[in-house]
Amino acid sequence: MAWVPDRTVLVRNPVLRVVTRRCAMAVPLLLVVSALTFILVSLTPGNAAEEILGTSATPAEYAALDRALGLNLPVYEQYWNWLRHALTGDLGQSIFTSQPVTQEIGQRLPVTLSLFIGALIVSAVVGVGLGVFSALRGGAVGRAADILALIGFSLPAFWVGAELIVIFAVWRNWFPATGYVSISDSLAGWLHSLVLPVITLSLYGIASLAKQTREAMLDVLSSEYIRMAWANGIPRRSIVFRHALRNASMRVVTVFGLLAVGLLGGTVLVEDVFALPGLGSLMVTSATSHDIPVVAGIAVYFTLMVVAINLAVDLAYVWLNPRVRIQ
Amino acid sequence: MSFFRRLLRRPVAVVCFAYLAALVGIAVVAPIAMPSVETQNAGDLFGANLLPGWSHLLGTDTLGRDVLARLLVGDRVTLVGVAEALITVLVLGVPLGLAAGYRGGWTDRVVTWLADLTFSLPAVVIIIVVLSVFPGSMLAGMVTFGVIAAPDLMRVVRSATLPVREELYIKAAEASGLSGTYILTRHVLSRISGVVIARASLLAAAALGLQTGLAFLNLLVAAPAPSWGGMVADGTSVLLLHPWLIASPGAAIAVTMLALSIFGDAVRDAAVEGWSPAVTRRRQALKSAAPGAAAPAEGRLLAVEHLGVSFPGGEGDLRVVEDVTFDVAAGEIVGIVGESGCGKSVTAAAVIGLLPGAGRIDGGSVWFAGTDLARARDAELGPIRGRKIAFVSQEPMASLDPAYRVGAQIEEALRCHRGLSRAGARARAIELLRDMHFADPAAVARRYPHELSGGMAQRVGIARALAGEPQLLIADEPTTALDVTVQAEILELLRELQLTRRMAVLIVTHDWGVVADLCDRVVVMYAGQVVERADVRPIFDSPLHPYTEALLASNPHLAPEAATLPVIPGTVPPPGSWPAGCRFSARCRYSVAACTELAVAIEAAGGAHETRCLRHDQLARA
Repeated sequence: MAWVPDRTVLVRNPVLRVVTRRCAMAVPLLLVVSALTFILVSLTPGNAAEEILGTSATPAEYAALDRALGLNLPVYEQYWNWLRHALTGDLGQSIFTSQPVTQEIGQRLPVTLSLFIGALIVSAVVGVGLGVFSALRGGAVGRAADILALIGFSLPAFWVGAELIVIFAVWRNWFPATGYVSISDSLAGWLHSLVLPVITLSLYGIASLAKQTREAMLDVLSSEYIRMAWANGIPRRSIVFRHALRNASMRVVTVFGLLAVGLLGGTVLVEDVFALPGLGSLMVTSATSHDIPVVAGIAVYFTLMVVAINLAVDLAYVWLNPRVRIQ
Repeated sequence: MSFFRRLLRRPVAVVCFAYLAALVGIAVVAPIAMPSVETQNAGDLFGANLLPGWSHLLGTDTLGRDVLARLLVGDRVTLVGVAEALITVLVLGVPLGLAAGYRGGWTDRVVTWLADLTFSLPAVVIIIVVLSVFPGSMLAGMVTFGVIAAPDLMRVVRSATLPVREELYIKAAEASGLSGTYILTRHVLSRISGVVIARASLLAAAALGLQTGLAFLNLLVAAPAPSWGGMVADGTSVLLLHPWLIASPGAAIAVTMLALSIFGDAVRDAAVEGWSPAVTRRRQALKSAAPGAAAPAEGRLLAVEHLGVSFPGGEGDLRVVEDVTFDVAAGEIVGIVGESGCGKSVTAAAVIGLLPGAGRIDGGSVWFAGTDLARARDAELGPIRGRKIAFVSQEPMASLDPAYRVGAQIEEALRCHRGLSRAGARARAIELLRDMHFADPAAVARRYPHELSGGMAQRVGIARALAGEPQLLIADEPTTALDVTVQAEILELLRELQLTRRMAVLIVTHDWGVVADLCDRVVVMYAGQVVERADVRPIFDSPLHPYTEALLASNPHLAPEAATLPVIPGTVPPPGSWPAGCRFSARCRYSVAACTELAVAIEAAGGAHETRCLRHDQLARA
């Protein structure tokens, strides 16, 4: 059967191997997350019909709306209906707005992605930069970096966000306090509206990456191959960036994956502080009003993002580490 | 010293622990002492939004309620949430981690797979879904967090259990028929408790962050009951008017998180006794001029004179090399011989200014081509390393960067030292590898270090060292880590290279066979000093130091077959416990009273033969 990928290729080609493994893991993960969502939300006292009609409607009216929304069916049947459609890319409709869930999410996805990717980039650049710098300088600078990392860990993001608004939006009118400007409306406005939220979300990422990078760099810098590179006259720039950073980054990358999953959750809080119309705030409002299709849809999107992050981390690891690449 | 005693010696840990204990006390007492705060919807509305003052130490909120009272009462709900999460984490994480680490096999694989799956879950999203089902139920939210965070503790417990399991006393307990559960709770758990507390402390900080975050989103605590996160939320809604309202609850959260993370770090450091952070490499050049400093006579390529090396220790500097003098002429092979711990490798590393850790040259000089390397700045040393003096490691596999193909590593050296183009460097690298007797040098160049055997890696290491066409090659025990047959190949290669390239070699070894095979001259070191220096023939024929004699007698290559191999009684005294007199006297069979009285100087004993022995005359006649 020519269309079946050769087994040896699957085993030998590490990129294929990683992609297969991650996709194989994504399927049960998506099933678990979406099924959990359905089961949990169906356990909830009160349902969407009551939320929509209020408490004054007659039992017949509730029943009619339940039938119309498919809420009279058993949970597994509701889930099965949802799943059948989900496989064709249709995540159903919001119970309240009657908009397709994919459309509802699509409107808000750019906001969350801008915030999330912005924070990832800032965390990576600033965090790794600080970590390398403090590893090379050592002494007081290293200790200062450690203390900064501890403080970064300890400040709650929602509070930092509020304080940043006080300082940079209220006291010094440099950035807007809340709200989001679409990139298609104004590039400058978009950047401007993202500065404070991205800083807020990045703080934790910067702190944790700086600490990890510093430790990994110190470890690698004391290894025998770095000593031999010095001994054989390889210039400092090359030792630090070509050899030490490359090997340290293998460890930093794995931490980066876990951090990215954490930051994704952090977007929920940061969107709330800065009143950004993203997936997180949609999630919170939908969860409180039992809009199951929307909650399930967002859970699927978040899970897909986590799968994508893990895949990217695995691929980066394969690219960085030749021992994984050739086996 | 027990783990808790070590912890108590750290003031930071004690302060953090005291603060956390005080918080627990407040959580118990405050709601009892101030029962009205929990249900108070509004205080004195005319005294709302007061700044901190005497009647209200932290001011009042928009409804005129005292901020300090709310902060103290809100402490309870915050800590209860953290406790709920923490108990879940411990109940799940510790037994699963112990089982995975102790039993291994299938248990380990299943648990690890589940953990991997959990790491791919967007935690906050799941918790919000759970809270939509159980509205306002902090227990549900925090237990869910505990379940999602448990694999993190599980991994820590698992990797801490793995090594403990291999230890002798555990094996002994198993052999004596004690049950697995008993061993785990009684022996393993007590050993890993430090690591568990450290990790649990950090997870508690995460749980605190989550609890306050969810309270901030108004998903946990119903108004008017106070909570720290809820107070920040209240303050945020009037942020533009009363920006100071979020300051005190925010500070309470931050300080508590800080206390938990610092406490966790301190516990970890106390648990991992003997672990010390690596020190960044910063070479300290000698500042003072050498006494009677003058470049040595022509003909000597390297002249090490009265070299001293010390490392910073617990009680002041620790001297590990003292008054070491020897030289190497152009094109000759000199061996440094001695047992482990005599300072041979340190001496070799000191020559090119690459002492490990915070070691430094604290006396003497290292003359090379008219420059004193002991006093050279980094900028002067740089051009010498690789181009004039190259170095071959005693750990061939570890000496190559695992991330790059070996060809690329040789090319890098070629481009640095010879200024070759990319293509030129590639061709020259393959030529160098061919000189190392690789049958297919182009194929070897494409390999990564982990695809080489030890002998191949060492030949690659030598090829890289030769890239800059050095005048002196320092080889630090180049064959110690290799198989016997491969050792011979490497030595053969070194001799051939030395002949064809007229390159001097300084070789550090404990193997007399290497000396006999290769060297023109020998330097014998003992306890940080040179004890004998001579041409290779006289060393073997008539050693003039009892240590050399004993070392030769215990050499398997030279001993008559079937004879019992004599060993030198005792061990090399470690740095810091060197005797005042002759350092070998305690192990020497010729030792007399005079030997232990005063330090012994090295002196000429005819020709180029020098020895550090008071009785070398008698030794020569014996």
